[in-house]
Amino acid sequence: MIMEEQIKTSEIIIQINGKEVKAAEGMTVLEAARSADIFIPTLCHHEKLEPYGACRICTVEVEVRGWTSLVAACLYPVEKDLVVKTRSEKVDKIRKMILEFLLAHAPNSPQLQDLAQEYGADKDRFEKEASFCILCGLCVRYCAEVKKKNAVGFVECGARREIRFIPEIATKECVNCKECFELCPTSYLQAAFVLAESLAFSTDSPPTE
Amino acid sequence: MPRMNSASELEELRNGVLSARDPDKPSIAICAGMGCLGHGSGRIISAFEEEIDKKDFKTKVDIRATGCHGYCEKGPMVVIYPEEICYVEVTPKDIPDIVSQTVLGKKVIGRLTYTDPDTGEKTAHQSEIPFYKKQMRHLMGSNPKIDPRSIDDYLAVGGYSALSKSLLEMSPEKVLEEIKKANLRGRGGGGFPAGRKWETARNAPGKEKYVIVNSHEGELGAFMDRAILSGNPHSVLEGLIIGAYAVGSHQGFIYARHDAPQLKNNIDMALAKAEEYGLLGKNILGSGFNFHVEVHLDIGIFVSGESSALMRSIEGNPPEPRPKYIHTSVRGIWKKPSVLNNVETWANVPLIINKGSEWYSSTGSERSKGTKLVSLSGNIANTGVAEVPFGTTVREIVYGIGGGIPNGKKLKAVHFGGPMGGSIPESLLDTPLDFDELSKLGASIGAGSMLVLDEDTSMVDLARYFLHFLSNESCGKCVPCREGIRQMLKILTNIRDGNGREGDIELLEEISEVTGAASLCALGKTAADPLRSTLRYFRDEYEANIDKVKSPAEKRE
Repeated sequence: MIMEEQIKTSEIIIQINGKEVKAAEGMTVLEAARSADIFIPTLCHHEKLEPYGACRICTVEVEVRGWTSLVAACLYPVEKDLVVKTRSEKVDKIRKMILEFLLAHAPNSPQLQDLAQEYGADKDRFEKEASFCILCGLCVRYCAEVKKKNAVGFVECGARREIRFIPEIATKECVNCKECFELCPTSYLQAAFVLAESLAFSTDSPPTE
Repeated sequence: MPRMNSASELEELRNGVLSARDPDKPSIAICAGMGCLGHGSGRIISAFEEEIDKKDFKTKVDIRATGCHGYCEKGPMVVIYPEEICYVEVTPKDIPDIVSQTVLGKKVIGRLTYTDPDTGEKTAHQSEIPFYKKQMRHLMGSNPKIDPRSIDDYLAVGGYSALSKSLLEMSPEKVLEEIKKANLRGRGGGGFPAGRKWETARNAPGKEKYVIVNSHEGELGAFMDRAILSGNPHSVLEGLIIGAYAVGSHQGFIYARHDAPQLKNNIDMALAKAEEYGLLGKNILGSGFNFHVEVHLDIGIFVSGESSALMRSIEGNPPEPRPKYIHTSVRGIWKKPSVLNNVETWANVPLIINKGSEWYSSTGSERSKGTKLVSLSGNIANTGVAEVPFGTTVREIVYGIGGGIPNGKKLKAVHFGGPMGGSIPESLLDTPLDFDELSKLGASIGAGSMLVLDEDTSMVDLARYFLHFLSNESCGKCVPCREGIRQMLKILTNIRDGNGREGDIELLEEISEVTGAASLCALGKTAADPLRSTLRYFRDEYEANIDKVKSPAEKRE
């Protein structure tokens, strides 16, 4: 149904925070909002990369045909008569807690601190488990999608998930690249650490004994 | 065996199989389901073979290692046909007696029959044992008669007649209409109408479409899908082929577990045999319809069974869920329309086609039609797989079929749906087994696991256990799920260990709300459901633990 409607007209008018916004078919809510200079916070999003939808900080409230739901703006496709609220009591509550979750891992990240101020997030609400990594996957996806090297990836699942560099690739590719470091929202401390670790244990490096 | 090319060739073959079988010939059916194998039915099978061999009765007696009979508690289970004499907890030393006295002498051996623990009454026939008597075994009923590795056994119970009817007498639209009219709802947990899912995929643009059997069955305490797929694989395959025909798909997948070799072997055998007989592959039964099936093994974490994660896994990617703002029935595997139904859902399809939607929907409750398989485990006398019509009360399942709570204990709660489900207390035991009724109580039926809990169970520990499971078995991609579970687990561990603090319950509620609202997939959205349901019905246990008082009763004093 959505598709048929979109084929008829490539321009879709949606409403964001009470303002009419013109969007093109296939755009996400985040893209439509940014094109109209409406701010929605993001942590795992990057224009050069495929939308990922992991941090959920871009959660917004949408209303379609009378149904209200909470969706990730970076992934949700625009459709006719869509009504978006980029902030609401529910949205703010979600963002606040997401920030509190993440500040337990990366308390010194300037990006998180700025957002924490905006949403009244308490950086000490949850016990610190400073891993310096919030698993946004920007480094992993940049290396895979833009550099096409897959030198860094996720290992393990659930609460044990972490980033790792693959020694064999990292020794060849990473030393002179490190482009992913620039994208890191937490000052790439963890990335630098695991990269160093993988270089040290690479079979191409001198023995470490 | 040449491939069959018409309905009459299929019927001819079936008649051939049936006429070669003497209904009066003794036949020994040994349950080789997972539970009985665990109880040693492998040794029982060899003992029967040796004994029959020794006595030189090979031509006079059939031995069949069958699919799961359902009554795991009493395994190994042996049924002697045609009299249907049933022996429970059989050991290898019983075999010579069974062969000489029952198989040949037609006498019942009293010590091996089921004995009612309350009345001491003995029951010789399988269908009269209370565990079976109160069931309606539309899907499981054939298991004791089928060697899962024999397609002839499936043909002998009428197998593939629904496929023949669908492909050769019905249009795809007509098949779809029948499934919709039957109101077949997805048995994997969501209860979404299967017909609507099929229709969406059928109408979605694109020529290439996929149909998939979800046999991941990761739900803790769930083992009914394995009983069906491993015990009667052709019934699921037949349903899948019919579904493919209705949807317009020519490629199917069976997503199976890597850690269940028997299941994989039985599926592989079924696919090979169906292909050989012309029931799968090109030009099935001469209808012009082509359909192929591939088996894909999971990579071993719970989230692999989530629909979008499963589809990514089939593509060769890590099993991370993706958002379903566009349904997978429109954009699934490789962005093509993909219909995913679980094992039990597919197994219902041949039944609906054979007997009609009207017959089918005459069983069940108002909005949940047909039967439901449930796995009974925990503090219950009869562990096993039972099949009941929707609408049967939970009390009837626990006491009538399950035999109640052992060791003279009282029932505390019944937990449905594993780590994404919920518990209902004893006071709600007269609730009917029904998608919507249970959902209203905060205990989604899930895939059908029923974990029965006695009075000694700590509900705080139960909620903690499920969150601990999910913290290892989720993918870890999105923040509300990964971090929400991490924090809830920490708080629950503190409460359990007597280190709870005031405000912990409120904090748990706040986190569960955010995790439920903002997570990417159904796992995260429902991860806190066991916690929420135990807080709803057993809040005093949490409070008592926080106050470091042993029980609510003590607290009140």
